[in-house]
Amino acid sequence: MLDDFFIRALIGGVGTAVVTGPLGCFIIWRRLAYFGDTLSHSALLGVALALLFETNITFAVFLTSLVVAFSLLFLQRGRNLPSDTLLGMLAHSAIALGLVVLAFMSWVRVDLLGFLFGDILSITKADISVIWIGGLVVLVMLAKIWKPLFAATVSPEIAKAEGLKPDYTNIIFMVMMALVIAISMKIVGVMLITALLIIPAAAARSFSRNPEQMAIIAVLFGIIAVCFGLFGSLELDTPAGPSIIVSTLLLFIISILPNLFSIQKKKNRV
Amino acid sequence: MIHGNDKLVTLNNAGVFRADKWLVKGITMSVGAGEIITLIGPNGSGKSTTAMIALGLLNTDEGTAHRKQNLRVGYVPQKLSIDWTLPLTVSRFISLTQRIDKKEVEFALSLTDTSHLQKKELRTLSGGELQRVLVARAIAVSPELLVLDEPVQGVDYNGEAKLYGLIEETRTRLNCGILLISHDLHMVMSATDQVICLNGHICCSGTPEAVTSSSEFKNLFGNKIASTIAIYQHKHNHEHSFDGSIKTMSKIEEENKAKLILGKENSHA
Repeated sequence: MLDDFFIRALIGGVGTAVVTGPLGCFIIWRRLAYFGDTLSHSALLGVALALLFETNITFAVFLTSLVVAFSLLFLQRGRNLPSDTLLGMLAHSAIALGLVVLAFMSWVRVDLLGFLFGDILSITKADISVIWIGGLVVLVMLAKIWKPLFAATVSPEIAKAEGLKPDYTNIIFMVMMALVIAISMKIVGVMLITALLIIPAAAARSFSRNPEQMAIIAVLFGIIAVCFGLFGSLELDTPAGPSIIVSTLLLFIISILPNLFSIQKKKNRV
Repeated sequence: MIHGNDKLVTLNNAGVFRADKWLVKGITMSVGAGEIITLIGPNGSGKSTTAMIALGLLNTDEGTAHRKQNLRVGYVPQKLSIDWTLPLTVSRFISLTQRIDKKEVEFALSLTDTSHLQKKELRTLSGGELQRVLVARAIAVSPELLVLDEPVQGVDYNGEAKLYGLIEETRTRLNCGILLISHDLHMVMSATDQVICLNGHICCSGTPEAVTSSSEFKNLFGNKIASTIAIYQHKHNHEHSFDGSIKTMSKIEEENKAKLILGKENSHA
């Protein structure tokens, strides 16, 4: 069964959606969308370095994202430049550096579009095991720190004052982000990882009463979008990553429709 | 007599230096079990900063801040903003930092007359409602140290007096130490054991009577306020509950009597 590239893509995609759902919720709760972008864009530098040193690409991407995340934490300590300036600087320098490094290696032929927008054809059995093992590690870590991480998201001051060590959970959160970016790169490509993180979560919001519910619904939406996007990509011969993201967008639009209608109704009543 | 090492939190000559100036400097104070310490002072005088040092949210650049080990803290911060993306109901918010069973959640909310908000989303509450829920949450963790940074901001006039009453009751019920930041001098003075008057440093401190009659206090707040506090008395022939229903005078008198007795017991202890 796993010999079929499409089944492999589906299994890999579903595995990705299972972790991007809950992580994505935290990204929108904490307003970290741009931060996620920075990390995922720097993944391209990881790809370039992996090819240069002939190491495993997922591992290299994980390390690069981690280094970028911690350099950001370090630079923020200085308090001289605002965060968005730092993020923009890091994101685009990392992409530029990656492209420059790739250009130097004239002996490697790289499918750049595959890395930028995902490539279902290239998903191997090894990739699937990386996605699922990495994904399980992230989920277990997340379950362990859920309470303090959530408390620190609502109010870092209350969490710290009441003894929940938010600094420590924030570091674990960074490591999880780097892991998720490394494992979802194959599915949607580095340019669109943030979209897979935040759009299903945003769509889940309208249907949720509590944070756990929102995480689960985000996972479901992610899975639906992956399946829909992959089928569409196969049928219409469109790139996999963008097709998946377009599907998440459709889900989001559907999710806000009931709200729009109810507002309209209320207006009419008045 | 409580000894220094029995204190819940002790600041010794603590100071915080940020952006080329001292936010506060030379703060020496402590909070012990069953004590209410009130911080007063003009805007920017370092009240919140002092509370944050006591909580360990800010590190001292000078002096020390020492907290009892594994101190259970309840904290009402000055600001909390929840946006649309975060689905969070009031009852879930109560057990934000530790698991609190359903009965305790209900009890805490009933203390601040917010039981009817239990299932509402936090972001839909009004400023005063949110403030009451914040106080309920901090009390629900059954803290040894309760830190309240302007807990009644945005709360209506009758609600204010009730919340201050609740804070006093909580001190008695949990025997916790309370660090209170407040602008309502006339309301907090009566229950406070020690008033610390801040203006970047400790201007004066002591019992409410001593502080209000001191010249430093009059310089900082003006003679007029100092005299209004002394003569302040609140008269009504009835009172309103949070839900708007009217309590008759006899019921209020009963409650006040009960409070008076409690107060006397305290002063004897």
